[in-house]
Amino acid sequence: MTKFKNLGNVDTRSGFGEGLLELGKENKNIVALCADLTGSLKMDAFKENFPERFIQVGIAEANMMGIAAGLTIGGKIPYTGTFANFSTGRVYDQIRQSIAYSGKNVKICASHAGITLGEDGATHQILEDIGLMKMLPGMTVINPCDFNQTKAATKAISKINGPVYLRFGRPKVPNFTSDSIDFQIGKGIKLVEGNDVTIIATGHLVWEALEAAKELSKLGISAEVINIHTIKPLDKDIVLKSANKTKCVVSCEEHNIIGGLGESISRVLVNNFLCPMEFVGVNDKFGESGTPSELMEKYGLNSKNIIEKCKKVISRKN
Amino acid sequence: MVNAVNSGHPGGSLGCVEYFVALFFSVMDRNDEFNMDGINEDIFFLSNGHISPVYYSTLSRAGYFPVDELSTFRKINSRLQGHPTTHENLPGVRIASGSLGQGMSVSIGAALSKKLNEDDKIVFSLHGDGELQEGQNWEAIMFASANKVDNLICTIDYNKKQIDGSLNDVLDLGNLEQKFKAFDWEVISNVNGNNYQEIESALNKAKTLTGNGKPIVIIMDTEMGNGVDFMMGTHKWHGVAPNDEQLVEALKQNPETIKDY
Repeated sequence: MTKFKNLGNVDTRSGFGEGLLELGKENKNIVALCADLTGSLKMDAFKENFPERFIQVGIAEANMMGIAAGLTIGGKIPYTGTFANFSTGRVYDQIRQSIAYSGKNVKICASHAGITLGEDGATHQILEDIGLMKMLPGMTVINPCDFNQTKAATKAISKINGPVYLRFGRPKVPNFTSDSIDFQIGKGIKLVEGNDVTIIATGHLVWEALEAAKELSKLGISAEVINIHTIKPLDKDIVLKSANKTKCVVSCEEHNIIGGLGESISRVLVNNFLCPMEFVGVNDKFGESGTPSELMEKYGLNSKNIIEKCKKVISRKN
Repeated sequence: MVNAVNSGHPGGSLGCVEYFVALFFSVMDRNDEFNMDGINEDIFFLSNGHISPVYYSTLSRAGYFPVDELSTFRKINSRLQGHPTTHENLPGVRIASGSLGQGMSVSIGAALSKKLNEDDKIVFSLHGDGELQEGQNWEAIMFASANKVDNLICTIDYNKKQIDGSLNDVLDLGNLEQKFKAFDWEVISNVNGNNYQEIESALNKAKTLTGNGKPIVIIMDTEMGNGVDFMMGTHKWHGVAPNDEQLVEALKQNPETIKDY
């Protein structure tokens, strides 16, 4: 089984900050906007290096989305930065009309996504953002798994013309992907080859999926692990190829199971062939205060839950 | 246009005719060919997208698309959607509007883009008065003065009416002029928006005030349904189409009409 080494625990938001800084050096059309969360979004370095291209909008996210849409007229590539909750739910209509329907080249960059935001509690822990964003026609939705992948994704989205939702998080988590991998939007990555069950994971749960696969192999279960960083457009080929082989699928995400990655995968599956599927995610609930690991445990998002769901889905075959 | 499909917004459209004619045919320094980025030309955003009839009529007369296409307004497969959009690639339109209160933020973004591009041309925008009840406007108004967005000329279509009745009855805006002044905007008020010379001269005056560190607003007094006696003095023609008889009557009152109705 392929082994992945944790190169050290780092927050994915720092990957965004580093990627943004490098982009700023490479492309003078990159403009960053922030709604009073510069430090939280790790945008300080960009601000210091390119003050003329950094726009502080204050606590006014609706205005930020509109300004971003306007900046594209004249060729700028705006990156907006705030928490995932305030990047989506709070400004849904601004994104819908001024960005998505208008086809504007805005990159909506959202930190503190999901439940691992931790102690701030449910007002700040959005678990519905993937669903909100993937429903918008033309919106690309990306949820990278670690620091290196977030940094690569931040840079890659500048190369496509159109709205993108880039989702990342607050906690320090294992950094394990190679920093030399070319980030291909819309292409899943097979991390572990296996035959008995397909685990498809996004974001912070990719590491948990790898941990689960390691434990499963000790039990004689061969799990295939696929990292889907681009939830929309979804890499249907990698899903179908693996499901054809293993005949069962478990999806893993730090999101409501309604509207998330698992739902997109299940649609691809039922359109092609029937196989059992289980969902690791938050089951239609709001979060609460706690440490990230406590919350992952309580809401059923860690490797232990993935192992249980794998066993269950395998038992449902035939 | 509105009569033909029995839907649309004639009242606000008629109230803004003089503004559109002055802006597009006299005040704006714009290129003949449409380019989305609008580099080195003045550009315009319509925030109150429901007055699309007068906007489309102006854009076609300005040469962005054939006047004949106006007859497709609000019909299936048309580029002239009920509310303006970029989605169908209609030349002249740079942003979708219809859901109210978003146009000022967009205009500010475009104005900042011009500054970053060292493009000294101006961004114009038009907003409904009722639309100012949307909170996003006040985020934008605060931002524009704090950031010295002085290449922006916003105009408020102050007809004092909205769907449910008079503005003062629905939600009073208070003293609009004082509010903009308190937000440190340059304010041009007491402009009769239905007098061509007055609105043209107000727009030209606003142009001379750009580049002085302040965003500019023209509070333009208008009459909803201007030019058609039975549409004036009431909010009832906000979003109601005239029937065939009413159309004949309205056109009789405007013999100089250019027949793109």
